[in-house]
Amino acid sequence: MKKLKLKELESCLQQVDTFESPKLLLEQYPTRPHIAACMLYTIHNTFDDIENKTIADLGCGCGMLSIGSAMLGAGFCVGFDIDADALEIFNSNIEDFELTNVNMVQCDICSLSDSMSDTFDTVIMNPPFGTKHNKGIDMIFLKTALQMAKTAVYSLHKTSTRQHIQKKAAEWEVKMEVLAELRFDLPASYKFHKKKSVSIKPNITEKMLR
Amino acid sequence: MKLLTHNLLSSHVPGLRPGAGFPLRIELGHPSELPPEPSPGYEADEEFLRRLHHVLLEVEVLEGSLQCPDSGRRFPISRGVPNLLLSEDEA
Repeated sequence: MKKLKLKELESCLQQVDTFESPKLLLEQYPTRPHIAACMLYTIHNTFDDIENKTIADLGCGCGMLSIGSAMLGAGFCVGFDIDADALEIFNSNIEDFELTNVNMVQCDICSLSDSMSDTFDTVIMNPPFGTKHNKGIDMIFLKTALQMAKTAVYSLHKTSTRQHIQKKAAEWEVKMEVLAELRFDLPASYKFHKKKSVSIKPNITEKMLR
Repeated sequence: MKLLTHNLLSSHVPGLRPGAGFPLRIELGHPSELPPEPSPGYEADEEFLRRLHHVLLEVEVLEGSLQCPDSGRRFPISRGVPNLLLSEDEA
């Protein structure tokens, strides 16, 4: 597997097509190629949790994280999302990138229950934050991700929820580590954004199981 | 949808007996190339392993459906994507 440099990965991810009409209530926005590249690069080079591993991407949207994982040598990636339009774009991205080891499933993560326990080596995700009448959805995604993953979950969350997540991690008997704090540049993808870019400060957190 | 992905999925129709939502029955236009059960000693059977690998990882179901073994409810597969969403009245 040719060693992909961070800049090369980011460059490739800039080719990923994203939402044409992002749905507000689903908190749809693409994970920026720069963030996705940094995140995936760390997961791959520092933790070796991508190459030849089975990976789940919860709330995959147009597939930025899944595609990046496939480019870094993932064994098999499955994206999960509730929105058919996003998955259609994901599908066309997979064709453009000529990937053969990426699949996707349309479903509601919140109603998956524990039927998929320990089915993937790694879960990598950028879940909805719970800002649109869906409070708590980030924790549901996290809990489900932890059930599905055999080794680790890598997820993006708002800095303001860090303490709450730490509390829950302790309760769920899971080791949690903040890997990075990023400024999230969200150019106005929804019409009512008045400012040019909104800075949320999410952080990448890693949770190791047991 | 590869067979490997199908292997992960189960039905979430409410009111099923525990474990009864798995495995989902794949409904396709044509029959499978594999026998329903592996014969003893399959680990050494190169030919079988090759066909298994092919069906597990190289075949994609593009159109078809997955049927819940307990309730009979069908989940459609279109353009390779299985749709497991329940309708409002089902959930």
